This record gives sequence, structure tokens and C-alpha cells, in this order.
Amino acid sequence: MRFVQLLLAVLAGASFAATANVPPVAAAPAGRAAHGMAAAGPAAAPKANRSTADHSKFKELRQSFKSGPEVTKACLSCHTEAAKQVHKTKHWTWEWVNPENNQKLGKKHIVNNFCTATASNEKFCNACHAGYGWEDDKFDFTSETNVDCLVCHDTTGSYKKLPGLAGHPTYKDIEYPPKSGKIVKAVDLPKVAQNVGRTSRATCGACHFYGGGGDAVKHGDLDSSLKNPARYLDVHMDAKGLNFTCATCHATQGHDIPGSRYTPTGKAEDAAHMRGKENKGNAASCQACHGSAPHKATDRLNSHTGKIACQTCHIPQFARAQATKMSWDWSTAGKLTPDGKRMQIKDASGHHDRYDSNKGDFTYESDVVPEYAWVNGKVKYTLLGDPVNTQGVTRINEYGGSPTDGASRIWPLKVFRGKQPYDLETRSLLVPHTAVGYGEKDDSGFWANYKWDAALKAGAEAAGRPFGGKFDFVSTEMSWPITHMVAPKADALTCTQCHSKSGRLQGIKGVYMPRRDANGILDLIGWLAVLGTFVGVLIHGGLRVYLGRKG
Amino acid sequence: MSAHALKKIYVFKIFERIWHWSQAALIIFLLLTGFEVHGSYGNFGFEKAVNYHTIAAWSLVGLWLFAIFWHFTTGEWKQYIPTLRKVDAMAKYYLFGIFVNAPHPFRLTVLKKHNPLQRLAYLGVMLFIGPLIWFTGWFYIFYDKWLAWGWDTYLTLEWVAFFHTMAAFMMLLFLIAHVYLTTTGHTPLAHIKAMITGWEEVEAEDGK
Repeated sequence: MRFVQLLLAVLAGASFAATANVPPVAAAPAGRAAHGMAAAGPAAAPKANRSTADHSKFKELRQSFKSGPEVTKACLSCHTEAAKQVHKTKHWTWEWVNPENNQKLGKKHIVNNFCTATASNEKFCNACHAGYGWEDDKFDFTSETNVDCLVCHDTTGSYKKLPGLAGHPTYKDIEYPPKSGKIVKAVDLPKVAQNVGRTSRATCGACHFYGGGGDAVKHGDLDSSLKNPARYLDVHMDAKGLNFTCATCHATQGHDIPGSRYTPTGKAEDAAHMRGKENKGNAASCQACHGSAPHKATDRLNSHTGKIACQTCHIPQFARAQATKMSWDWSTAGKLTPDGKRMQIKDASGHHDRYDSNKGDFTYESDVVPEYAWVNGKVKYTLLGDPVNTQGVTRINEYGGSPTDGASRIWPLKVFRGKQPYDLETRSLLVPHTAVGYGEKDDSGFWANYKWDAALKAGAEAAGRPFGGKFDFVSTEMSWPITHMVAPKADALTCTQCHSKSGRLQGIKGVYMPRRDANGILDLIGWLAVLGTFVGVLIHGGLRVYLGRKG
Repeated sequence: MSAHALKKIYVFKIFERIWHWSQAALIIFLLLTGFEVHGSYGNFGFEKAVNYHTIAAWSLVGLWLFAIFWHFTTGEWKQYIPTLRKVDAMAKYYLFGIFVNAPHPFRLTVLKKHNPLQRLAYLGVMLFIGPLIWFTGWFYIFYDKWLAWGWDTYLTLEWVAFFHTMAAFMMLLFLIAHVYLTTTGHTPLAHIKAMITGWEEVEAEDGK
């Protein structure tokens, strides 16, 4: 059995490496886990037996499950409220209405400048939905058994949801990717079900590390290097040190996970959260543990915390272990070889594509210096139907913030730039239908036939939007607050990285920074006066000496 | 030089001399570190300059507390009562008389150890430049408390920095002029010697 597992792991690893350009499988590639800490599986820590229940002893789980929903049914026979709780979360609804401006956000609604949108691509994208069977707009969001417990609670690292299967793992051995000649084995549901446990960096990371179509693509501060990070990469998740899981900070109750880019906390409250005391603030903020005066009282650093997010100094660069995608130009997608084949051209590093017929041109960067902005937590998206800026850059999302609103701090951001299709008639973003379901023949999918018209038409239909037939590409920009991969304090920014004329906060307005800022007129008058006085005393002294000698 | 006979009088007491020289050292050090923080030049490095500046500032505050106490308990504060008498004569002396060995219009005594221009200058330093530097400096130091103390309504760091820098320039101007004027004794180093030993050589008045 163990040999088979190992073989499977190696096979999966090999298949992953070979298909690195296909958006990856949703779960941690077993090959990597085996490579890192074979015995521990995906979680870095050895399995601490702190639970009061050994799920392998439950007769409810000793069944030959045929499908995910069957497992969920068994889970719910004890955890009666779990599905109802999950139903309320963004992990399930992929929808969230921003109370500030009533914008409907969530993966179901927004258009980003990576893979753009989920509509018409559900079978593929929704491999990362915490549920089973979302393949089009008919998905039943009230079904409890469609909740996928295993994707978050697997501890074996063997549970994988493959893109194209609409959120299901594979229940039989299949050739994946299609026509690749590689076989992905059916998931061992009883084994996974009997080994459920707490979420881990690997389970959260199965989706969050691979957003945007591959490892490290989207966030810049979340990628598979956080599965077993060293201290330099993340002081809190340091596998040999504090070994935090995601949920250590994203302290979850009743499946409601705090901390979100849709509702970021620009200026977390000052005091650390106390046990037993009701804390309304964001548990996933630095301040929730550290308060707002975490530095030595004698140094000047605490006087920075009112204006500067901790992340600004303590995450000096993002993408410190792996390169992250920094730009994506869809307008060049679809170029094929003379014989009509897909092209994938590697960049100088040899690790990433700089061109892919499916997606267009990319750039990847590592150790990226963030851009900085005042952020107060409010956010406005450019959604389907909203006008784009054809003259300049359309901002997919725009964080509010100002030096004077009392609710902002200066934050580091990954700003992702790209070009994507928009409708020349409605002047609004378009949804391309790109990916097709596993084993399906679907000529409108861009990745099947490279025809924009068909892809955009199908996408618009699925999204319930009009499509005038004429389209072009518009420059877009999307901001991602950087908050993970906190470096050891010795690696934090030094004073002069900001306190200088051409420092990192060069463009930040509304705050006086010694050495960056000075009143030029005062300096001019001051130094002229100094010079004048100096010359004055020199002349005076010179005269005294000269006339004294003469006299 | 003057043909008059010289006599020595004890003008600067030990506390005054210690006060003067440590204050001089601290002010020069504060100017050096301060203008580095300001970005005028580089020496210690920003972080060290900031820390040194803060330490030196608090040291000078401590020194001033002692000095204020000393001046009031000894009555020496009277030395700084401003007078306009003979100010014009002093100005005239520095502008013309000094070049032709004219007699100094002010005769230094233990009870009046500063000439009228000195009185005005030192009083200006202590009542204007000093407080301006102290208060803006304290505002700076307690920047992180502004919100809690409600000061953020009235203060901006930009203006605090402006006046702090302005006061620093004035202090630097004073320093240059002051150091130069120490050379105007009967020998170039006479005043400095007096400030070190406490004994000033003054012209003995005829008939006394």
C-alpha cells in the first residue's frame, strides 16, 4: 500500500511538472509533499493527536464511498450544523455584497485581470469551490450534501479536485490532462474521510497558493513555498519555529473565516485582542496579537504605527521564494505555430512562460518591491456593465484611503497590470469563455479553438450580459494588499529606505517624513544666512587682522 | 594692544563653566545630528542620528533644568536683564572701533559680566530660540501621543518640523557669531581662556 502511495505521489509530481502550464490541480501536488516531508504529508507539523476523536474509528466513515456528496452526508450525520455554516460563507457562495456601496463581489461576479471570470468556465475554475457540482448557473446553493468538507479538512494530501470536473475529485482513474497519456488515480475516499482533521497550510494553500492559474501566480505573498516555509520567509509559519497554520491568524468560528480582501482592515484597532472579551475587530490583523505599540518604547518605531501598516516595513519584498506573475496581456493570446499548434515559450529563467497561446504574454518577477498607498479598507470594483477607461488604465479594484480620513494606513500592494477584452459598444469588460469541461467538446472555448468572437459570445451569454460583437483590449490594473510572508525583524525595512529623497514612500502624500521632506525656502534662507554670517565674520576678522597689523 | 594695566577678576563660577561647555558640546552635537536627520548631509547614518539627537536633546533639557535652578538660587539670572543702554555704543564699537583699537565701551565686572549686546543675544537664545526648539522638539518626540492627547487637531508634523528647523538655523547663526566674538578680547583667546578658567583679564581702571 505504501509503495503504491509513493508511486502515485511520484507520478502525480511528474505529471504536475509536465503540465505546469495548465492551471494546476486544486490540491497540493502529492509529489512535492513527498519530496519535502514524506511522513508528515501536506501539513508541516507532525500530526499532533490533540483531537478527542479518531475519525477512522467511526462506523459512519467505514463505507465504500462512491462520491464526495456521500462523504459529506456521513459528515453531516454528526456535524449537523456544518453545512449550514459553510452555506453562509464566501467559500460557498462566491458572492459578497459590499455594504459600503452595494457592489456584488465574489468570484461569481468580479472580473479580474488574471483568468478574468468564472462565468462559462465553472467546470474548470470551480475546482476551487468548496462544493461539488457547480458546473453552470443552475447550481443548487441550498444543497447541504454539495458542500465539500474534505477539500479543507483532508490531512492525507491525496485529495485533489481537478479543473474540469466541476469541483469533484476524480472517482475513477482518468487520463489527465486529456490526451496527455498520464493517468490520475481515483481518490481513495474512505481513506481521506477517515483521516479528516483541522485545516492546514496545505489545505488552504491547495487553492490559495495556486490562484490565477498556477503556483505563486496571483498573490505574490501566498504560494506553495508556505507549505513548509523557513523562518526567513515567514516568521509565523516557520515550519521549525512557530509553525502557524492559516487559521492561527484567520481564527475561525463556525466556518466563518475572518480576513478578506473584500473587507480589508486598513487601520486595525490599537489594542491586542483579549480572550473572553468580545472583539469586533479583524482577528487576522497584526494588531489583534501585537497591539499597536509592539516596538521597544525607547525607539521611534512606535510613532510610525499610526500611519504605517506593519506590513509596509515587515514585508520588505513579496515573492521572496518564488516568482509571481506581474503582468498578463490577453491581447496577444491565440497566436499559433504554422501548423496550428499551441505555443508555450519560456522566459529567461526557464521556469515560467513568457508566452502561451492560451493566455497571451506574461511577466514574472521575484523579490518584488511593493507599491504603496493609503488604504482604509474600502474598495470599489469595476464590474461587468461598469464603463472602462479606454484612454488610460481601468482599475479592476480601487482601494480607498487618504492621509486625513483617520481610517487609513500606508500599505504595500502588489499591482498587477494587464490587458483584457472589453466590448466596444457597451464599453464594459467582457468575460471570455476559455476552459472547457473535462472530456467535453466545446468549440466556443478559447483554449479549444482560439477564436475570440465565439469565446466572448459564450462568456457574455453565461454571464447574462449583452455582447455587441466588436471588442478590443483595455489596460487594467488590480491591487493586492500584501500581508503574508512576514520577514524576520532583522530583514524589515531600514529607516532610510523610506526616509530619503528617493525612498520607497517617495510618492506618498500627506505625511511629513524627515529627510524626504523639507521646506525648500526655509533651507535656502537658512543656509544663505549661515553663509552670510560666516562670510561676515571672516571679513570682520580679516579687517581686524589687517588693520591691527597696519596700526 | 592696550597700554592699560590688566587685572584678573573671577567671572565664571565652576557651575557656569561646566554648564557652558557641556551645553556648547550638546548644541554642536544636536546641530550635527539634527541636520543629518533633516537630510542636509550624512555622517552617523539616519537611524543613529535620530537616536543620538533624542538622547542629546533630553540631556540638554536636564542641563537646562539645573541651569535654571542655579540662576534663580544664585540670583545670576539678573545678568540677563536686557538693557538698551550702550547697545548703540557696542554696535558702533564692533562696526568701527574694534578696527582702530578704540576703547571697549563696556567695562566687565563680576556683577555685570555681559555687555549689553551679549545680554540681548543670550536672552534671545534662552527666551526665543530655546523654547522654540524645545517645544517643537517635544511635539516631535511625542508624535505618537498626538492622537491620544488630542493634539493632532492643532499640530501638523510639517509645521513642527518647519519651526524646529528654523530654530536650528538661528542657533547655528548664533553659534558662528558667538564663536567669532570670543576672539574679540584683548587677545584672540582671552575670552575662551576666561570661560575655561573662570578668570577674565580686564583693564584696570585708572585710579582704582
